[in-house]
Amino acid sequence: MSMVVPGAVLILAVGLSWPLGWYLRWALDPPPGCAWRERWEQRLAPGDEETWPRYGLALLVFNAVMLGAVVVLLACQQWLPLNPDGKGPLTASLVFHTAVSFVTNTNLQHYSGEVMLSYLSQLALQWLQFVSAATGLAALTAIARALAGRQTVGCFRRDLLRATVLVLLPLALLLAAPLAWQGVPMTWQGAVEARTLEGVTQTIARGPVAAFVAIKQLGPNGGGFFGPNSCHPFENPTWLSNVLSCLAIVLLAMASTWMFGRITGRPRHATALFAVMLAFMLAKVGVATATEAPPTRALAGLNATVGPNLEGKELRFGAAAGPTWAAVTTATSNGSVNCMHDSLNPLTGLVPLTGMWLNMVFGGVGVGMINLVVYIVTAAFLAGMMVGRTPEYLGRKVETREMQLAIGVLLLHPALILLPAALFCATPLGRATVANPGSHGLTEIVYEFTSAAANNGSGFEGLGDNTLPWNVATGLVMLLARYLPILLPLAMAGSLGQKRLVAETAGTFRTDTLTFGLLLAATILIIGALLFLPVAVLGPVAEHLAR
Amino acid sequence: MASELGRSLRLAVCTILIGAVAYPLTVQAIAQAVAPEQAAGSLLRREDGSVIGSRLLAQPFRSPRYLWPRPSAVDYNAAAAVGSNLSPAGDKLRAAAAERAGALRLGAGRAVPAELLTASGSGLDPDLTLEGALAQVERIAAARQRPAAAVAALVRHRSRRIPGEARRLVNVLEANLALDALP
Amino acid sequence: METTWQRSSAALWDPAVLRPACWQAVLMLHPRRMLRNPVMLIAELGAVVTTLATVQATGAPDCGYYAGVSLWLWLTVWFANLSEAVAEARGAAQAAALRAARTDVMARRVTGEPALVSASTLLKGDRVRVESGEIIAADGTVVEGVASVDESAITGESAPVIREAGGDRSAVTGGTRVTSDWLVVEVTAARGESFLDRMIAMVEGAQRQKTPNEVALTLVLAGFTLAFLLVCVTLRPLAGWFGAGLAVPTLVALLVCLIPTTIGGLLAAIGIAGIARLSARNVIARSGRAVEAAGDVDVLLLDKTGTITLGNRQASEFIAAPGVTELELATAAQLSSLADETAEGRSIVVLAKERYGLRAPDLGPSGATFIEFSARTRMSGVDLAGRSIRKGALDAVEAELGELGGQLPDALREAVDRVARSGGTPLVVADGARALGVIHLKDIVKGGIRERFTELRRMGIKTVMITGDNPKTAAAIAAEAGVDDFLAEATPEAKLALIREYQAAGHLVAMTGDGTNDAPALAQADVAVAMISGTQAAKEAGNMVDLDSNPTKLIDVVSVGKQMLMTRGALTTFSIANDVAKYFAIIPAVFVAALPQLQALNIMRLATPQSAILSAVIFNALVIPALIPVALRGVAYRPVGAAELLRRNLLVFGLGGLAVPFIGIKAIDLLLVWAHLA
Repeated sequence: MSMVVPGAVLILAVGLSWPLGWYLRWALDPPPGCAWRERWEQRLAPGDEETWPRYGLALLVFNAVMLGAVVVLLACQQWLPLNPDGKGPLTASLVFHTAVSFVTNTNLQHYSGEVMLSYLSQLALQWLQFVSAATGLAALTAIARALAGRQTVGCFRRDLLRATVLVLLPLALLLAAPLAWQGVPMTWQGAVEARTLEGVTQTIARGPVAAFVAIKQLGPNGGGFFGPNSCHPFENPTWLSNVLSCLAIVLLAMASTWMFGRITGRPRHATALFAVMLAFMLAKVGVATATEAPPTRALAGLNATVGPNLEGKELRFGAAAGPTWAAVTTATSNGSVNCMHDSLNPLTGLVPLTGMWLNMVFGGVGVGMINLVVYIVTAAFLAGMMVGRTPEYLGRKVETREMQLAIGVLLLHPALILLPAALFCATPLGRATVANPGSHGLTEIVYEFTSAAANNGSGFEGLGDNTLPWNVATGLVMLLARYLPILLPLAMAGSLGQKRLVAETAGTFRTDTLTFGLLLAATILIIGALLFLPVAVLGPVAEHLAR
Repeated sequence: MASELGRSLRLAVCTILIGAVAYPLTVQAIAQAVAPEQAAGSLLRREDGSVIGSRLLAQPFRSPRYLWPRPSAVDYNAAAAVGSNLSPAGDKLRAAAAERAGALRLGAGRAVPAELLTASGSGLDPDLTLEGALAQVERIAAARQRPAAAVAALVRHRSRRIPGEARRLVNVLEANLALDALP
Repeated sequence: METTWQRSSAALWDPAVLRPACWQAVLMLHPRRMLRNPVMLIAELGAVVTTLATVQATGAPDCGYYAGVSLWLWLTVWFANLSEAVAEARGAAQAAALRAARTDVMARRVTGEPALVSASTLLKGDRVRVESGEIIAADGTVVEGVASVDESAITGESAPVIREAGGDRSAVTGGTRVTSDWLVVEVTAARGESFLDRMIAMVEGAQRQKTPNEVALTLVLAGFTLAFLLVCVTLRPLAGWFGAGLAVPTLVALLVCLIPTTIGGLLAAIGIAGIARLSARNVIARSGRAVEAAGDVDVLLLDKTGTITLGNRQASEFIAAPGVTELELATAAQLSSLADETAEGRSIVVLAKERYGLRAPDLGPSGATFIEFSARTRMSGVDLAGRSIRKGALDAVEAELGELGGQLPDALREAVDRVARSGGTPLVVADGARALGVIHLKDIVKGGIRERFTELRRMGIKTVMITGDNPKTAAAIAAEAGVDDFLAEATPEAKLALIREYQAAGHLVAMTGDGTNDAPALAQADVAVAMISGTQAAKEAGNMVDLDSNPTKLIDVVSVGKQMLMTRGALTTFSIANDVAKYFAIIPAVFVAALPQLQALNIMRLATPQSAILSAVIFNALVIPALIPVALRGVAYRPVGAAELLRRNLLVFGLGGLAVPFIGIKAIDLLLVWAHLA
């Protein structure tokens, strides 16, 4: 399989992330002194620098406003303007699910955009794609400030504004332009009727797609304008648009690592973290392209040409593009797809699942790094003991309170995946909705909750998931999986930051060495993967081994 | 708390103006300036202005005179696109692929290009590989009563490369238009 | 001290300790007791559940297998309890030994019924007589006599000071030594018998509280337990997807194998053993917290005298007066010191012998009269064949010379100055009215101490020498000993300020001390080792007490502290790394009936599903007693930097933890098959 696509994406992403990280620092955590900027920020988002609890409260309140506003807009779309195709009302559970899904940056879609949503609804979701991504960036900034030992962690609304205006808006414009040039539509006109050469009528849905796709990729939100997401030629028309989109998926997440290093004043530490995450990323991409190279198993005996699995894929992206994207989109919390994950070879399906179980390979914008911090604290706890010192992270002692919060976050993730998955597997709630029998069906259910809990949004779409139980269950999972893993680490960072700075000596284990990187990787694998090994075995592995 | 809410509402309005008004309008302005034709959906029109289809979207072709695109799980419905979501190791796909292989009638002994047996992700993949197109040349030539070599040459001529791939791609709709335009 | 330690580890499986511990471990199965340890509580609950399932399945074909699982689950819990019971029993044995072996200072009481009594029985107001060479038993006030007292153990000042009744030189400190004459001291602060006992009780584990780090680790382990509980609880409905039934004992076996029972079972023992390891070195920690803090220490404040230098100075040079040969001076100096049994005196004899080949003449019958050092004259010497040789401090000798009509040459006065400036102590030697020269007494840095400090530096620990000497002297000795820094002309206030300064910069400071005026500094330091010979105030302020009053122990204390944390970390890593192999043993076994293709995952080729599960459970149980020695002795610790420690421990306990269970489980499986048990 040609590695041009993964190579191009990763090399560009790593190269661009460095200057972008520098820019992120300037945009989100500027040194004081720029009078005109401070004046504007105060005018648009007034408020003082706050301690972490106030910051967390402001975050929750604003996210509640986001949720409320979009619930109203979605519920009333049939009466509101910008509805050229006359889309009808949505069910209450779908409104709840969709609003939650976009507020939490998950973008799990139980609807098909071109079928069910008006342009106004799409615009509302597009707004959420900006502000939910900005929420994540703001949260990371606050956590980094706390870890740097600052007394106040900033003003949430100001950080959100900075992230929206200074980071997401210019990047989205930069991405939308080439996408539009490549063929992504940008029109307010409704669907167009085409008559084919054979005289058949084809209704072509379109809309203001370019703007939507750009912020969806950067977010990394992942919610598509159309049902098939970036498989759809109108979202992802060419090889080039595919590479650019894939690049956009990881870019901000990678850059936020550098920003974290700069705010905490530990660039070398950030480099080590980046290296660990990049290693996971390379492993994921490598495994996915390797496992996707064997031909579609269902074609065995049909005298088909031998080549990579093509079910659910588009030809124009190149053979490695599908598995690459699958690895990248689930490493970050993007969740957009350029091939149908349900139709990936069984073992390849394990790659996106693993990405979401670990949920830290660059991860969501901001929140991925936050998840990593939780893993780091846990690894530092083990490492500290192994060198015979009370564990410390960034010069501050990790004690019971921090571990309480860290373990809470780490436990929450498997709980939010395994408990509801078990419930849906054991009852008709889930049994009635799967498209494939056996292990594959189990994987569909597990994947859906994994995606919700990782705030990812990709799906094994064979699931008939626009039902009341699915909408409510995944909606609740998304809410819990979004806010607790922001607030608990914020509390943890707040508590760490208030501690006395411990002097670093030769007896301190360094967090910027290869050894620590390996330990961190092992901790992530053991905590992240061991808990999910049984489901992995029952789902993808069993399907792969079955002959 | 009240002030929190007030300030949040104010920020919401501010960000809505940025993200849902100013941003899409700017993108639209750029798109209109850079690529007005793509902005409307890369539509191909007849001389009378009626729309044939989008260059980017597959359409159903059943006549032997035309290149058939890759299978679609939604019968090329461009208003509700989706992939098959079938397991590549599952029996459902096995059955569907066997049926497609039969429908292609390529003749015994000829390997069927895998892309013609598997549904695309969107159900709207506009392309075929050159092999996938060439496999259909004999049928088209017979239906159009043209030499197979001429049809093959046309298909080859219309194929394009994508970076890093050995296989060339052919846009089905454009190739079919060219077929109709053959003198 | 070293032998004590070896003796106690040899007795690890001493039946006298083991037998009661076995029974104690059974008693500890009581759920209330288990509550302290969530990991083992879950394991015990699992054992109860499987036992019930076994009873219910009586007669069924799986009954034997269920019984096997139940038995080994009970054993798992019992092994864990056993480790704690053994650790406690050993701690108790250690404490008993401490009580017995404790050599208390004896005091000659002169009030009440005069007798030789233990210092610890002294009451306030008692008077004791202290002769030359004896240790003053308690803090007190001199009521009679004049004597020179060596207070170097407390003040760090090597020169003896004069203590006499009345005035401001009447206070004496417990633990200091009278070097000449005698004193009668009225005790002002009695040594509390209860104090030491309270400390020893700590060792016995009776009042053991979890240390902060232990609490955090317990929490993490509880988190892991909960997570794996989640995995196992959800496994049943997930397995139901395939119509595969999961027997409860199998599920419980999986759970107990996955939760970190290894570290969970050994955690308490590690803590108790850490304190016991300290007491094996004759240091008693007031709390586990202090031991833990010792591991974090990165600044050591070390008193110069007794820790860095030998307690006594040694002659290093003879500087002759003009017109006097060095040989003549050396001969006179040797003669004057022949009867001087102090280390300093002996060193003069030795130096003369080494430098000038002077054999000490046998002066027995020649009618020599030795003049002992006295606090009044502050000179010692010999009267021999009409010569009257004296040596002493400059002012004393000068006064003597003046009396006899002699004079001190200016060159000698300069020599005295020079010696003093270089950090040495000058002793002037005179023969009658003629000044012969100066003996340079020098502080001698202990052998090997420089290497020790290099080690400490590698461990990331900074050493700071505390001395009462002037800065020049201190700098000279500091450079020689290789300490990182020094505090000269140290007063208790300066010491306290130094500690605060280091702490403000984020360091954890350890120090030793024994004087009452050390108490504030001891209280401020993160780890404070008080000498048992020290005052009550010092001991109350410290968080450890050294029964040998050996300040060098501070270094051992740090090692033990680090070792305790490392043992916990290493066993946690080991415990969790084990899970990988256990998964590979159990998961295919559990599901192979419903999903035969999973046989491919049985990479250990275990005989049957039941033997696989049983092998994993047995391995999981046996690994606890196998690791008890590691828990009690601590993992091997070498003083190297953190990076290397981490690398080594990860290699041994991380990779080892991955590999060992594969071997162990396979071996047990083979054994079970061989014995037809599965």
